[in-house]
Amino acid sequence: MNARVLPYVLILPVTLFLCLFFLYPFLLVSKQAFSTGSGFTLDNFREVTSYWKFPTTLRNTFLLAAAVVPVQLALALLMATMVNKMQKGRDLILYVWTIPLGISDLAAGIIWLAIFEQSGFLNSMMNGLGIVDKPVNLLTFQNPGLVFLAIALAEIWRATAIMLVILVAGIGLIPKEYYEAAEVFGASPWKRFTRITLPLLRPSLQTALVLRVILAFEIFAVVAALGGTLFPVLMGETYAYQFDLLNSGAAAAMALIILAISIGFTLIILRLLRVPKGATI
Amino acid sequence: MTFYSKILGAASGLAIACTGMAAQAETLFWSTQAKPVEEAQAMREQVLGGFEAGVDYQPNDGGPWLTRLNAELQAGSGTIGVLGALHGDFSAMNPDDLVDLSDMGVMSASGTFNDLAKLGTDSMQYIPWMQASYIMAANKDALQYLPDGADINALTYDQLIQWAANAHEAAGEPKFGFPAGPKGLKHRFFQGYLYPSYTNGVVRTFASDEAVGAWEAFRKLWEHTNPASTNFSFMQEQLLSGDAWIVFDHTSRLAQAFNERPDDFVAFPAPAGPTGRGFMPVLAGVAIPKTAPDMDAAKSLVEYMLKPETQIATLRATNFFPVVDVALPEDLPPSVKAAGDAVAKMSGSADANPGLLPAGLGDKGGDFNRVFVDSFERIVLAGQDIRMVLDDQKGKLAAIMEETGAPCWAPDAPSEGACPVE
Repeated sequence: MNARVLPYVLILPVTLFLCLFFLYPFLLVSKQAFSTGSGFTLDNFREVTSYWKFPTTLRNTFLLAAAVVPVQLALALLMATMVNKMQKGRDLILYVWTIPLGISDLAAGIIWLAIFEQSGFLNSMMNGLGIVDKPVNLLTFQNPGLVFLAIALAEIWRATAIMLVILVAGIGLIPKEYYEAAEVFGASPWKRFTRITLPLLRPSLQTALVLRVILAFEIFAVVAALGGTLFPVLMGETYAYQFDLLNSGAAAAMALIILAISIGFTLIILRLLRVPKGATI
Repeated sequence: MTFYSKILGAASGLAIACTGMAAQAETLFWSTQAKPVEEAQAMREQVLGGFEAGVDYQPNDGGPWLTRLNAELQAGSGTIGVLGALHGDFSAMNPDDLVDLSDMGVMSASGTFNDLAKLGTDSMQYIPWMQASYIMAANKDALQYLPDGADINALTYDQLIQWAANAHEAAGEPKFGFPAGPKGLKHRFFQGYLYPSYTNGVVRTFASDEAVGAWEAFRKLWEHTNPASTNFSFMQEQLLSGDAWIVFDHTSRLAQAFNERPDDFVAFPAPAGPTGRGFMPVLAGVAIPKTAPDMDAAKSLVEYMLKPETQIATLRATNFFPVVDVALPEDLPPSVKAAGDAVAKMSGSADANPGLLPAGLGDKGGDFNRVFVDSFERIVLAGQDIRMVLDDQKGKLAAIMEETGAPCWAPDAPSEGACPVE
């Protein structure tokens, strides 16, 4: 087959698949969001953004992303460099660290609920150590800070591994020669990290951050399990519109708002971490 | 025979087997009720086992339930034979999508229920299937803290608040339990209990001065309510664990507590306020979608569900009470006896003020509930000013009533056209 045509033929199946199962539903959802039965309208968007809880859900979602993603990035970088330095047992450690990836987010939320709830592990432990006289209620409307902390912890535990996997692969691609040269000139380990690892890791950092930030804006099950209605987020409201209020138009509008936020942040990350033209490892 | 022809043969054989199975399929009973595994199993074995043509009983959450139903209706053909759901689920549907059941010859013994089942049309769109209500329950250990002179079967809201306060003081932590979790039925308490008891209305009186008094009373009760209530959805769990001593919930969400430890708990009527003892009946029904594959089998299943024996078997399986006249046998589970007594006392009390299920709201039922849930979150959890919140939410309620044109239902005074928010 003609070498110029071959690549297009090879990506044809996946393109068709995406058109059928992504693009087409996406167009339907957009149509739903911009109509209420009588032509084009912004009523659905007006409805969801004027709801009194909307600013809270937006703020909560952003706060959570802002708190969780940087910690995960730092942790993933640290863990990736550690794994990279290992001579023995590297694979074993990697497997163990990526176990949370294999657990569904709802299950992760329930695991952490078992820790934080009134008759949970944390309470039994504090009780056993004599820190508290009797089990205390941690996840209540009176302790919004604790609810936030519990959700953030669960998210960090659950989703750091996805960044770790990408970064480990990226670090493995950096040629050893750069480090050897830097050592010859007497660069400290920290300097080697900031001057060699970080810049050469840009493409992987880009991918990891884009993936992670998009997932952070879609957070739902962990919040539902730990916070219930105490910590409303965008995705939870979308679910409520679709299934509690049976208002598909408003749910579609919420979904598009989340999509717009995700695209916005993706563009920002791509711009900030862009690889200069012509640069190669 | 080549490899391909073998595969082809196997595939066609499989296809023939599949069509053969589909032809003699059981009637699919697609339900939002009796979801917990034990209840679903009891439905299959004890209730539907006696239906000769065979039934495939599939309970599901409201969302997926509606999604599949709508998909079948839009496609114009389907596999669902019979629907089982709450009145609210049916009223959110287009009555045209349901088969007219007026000529079935079966109906409930209650005229109110039969009227509700018409969904605002002239004919029965579903057949009332089973009923329940919301009651109070308490740990017997808490009875000693009842205020002086209070009769547990004729409590007032003031006495309930005092009782909860006494229990709070004795236990050192709040022991009243309220199903305010994400799946909790808190909105029904406001619509069917608090508002009728304090304002003798739900819609008309939503932002009245009496309503402000009602929310003030509820705030007082909340001071003695376990703050983890915002995660409680089935109060039987907290009764059994001891996290709550005095609770309010749906009869079937309290049943497990009575069945596991019948001697430890007592069920009693909801309290009374200045305008009577508000309470709300719950109604589930069975209907046939217009896409049912086998109309005769579906109709005979609906008839079967209304038979007295089936109704008693359903009571045992789900803790929902019969809607037809039946003589209840003696050997019922403890939860049924306890709840049945409490409901009878509640509806038979001199000051009973029943609040009916919202009717005529169509698919705005969820929005209607949200008005009450939002008021609760803002007034009680966020501590906002009651008058300000009610005046703000009032606009949303009025918009829902105007959009749907739903007339007032008891205890609101009847209205011409849409029920006004005064």
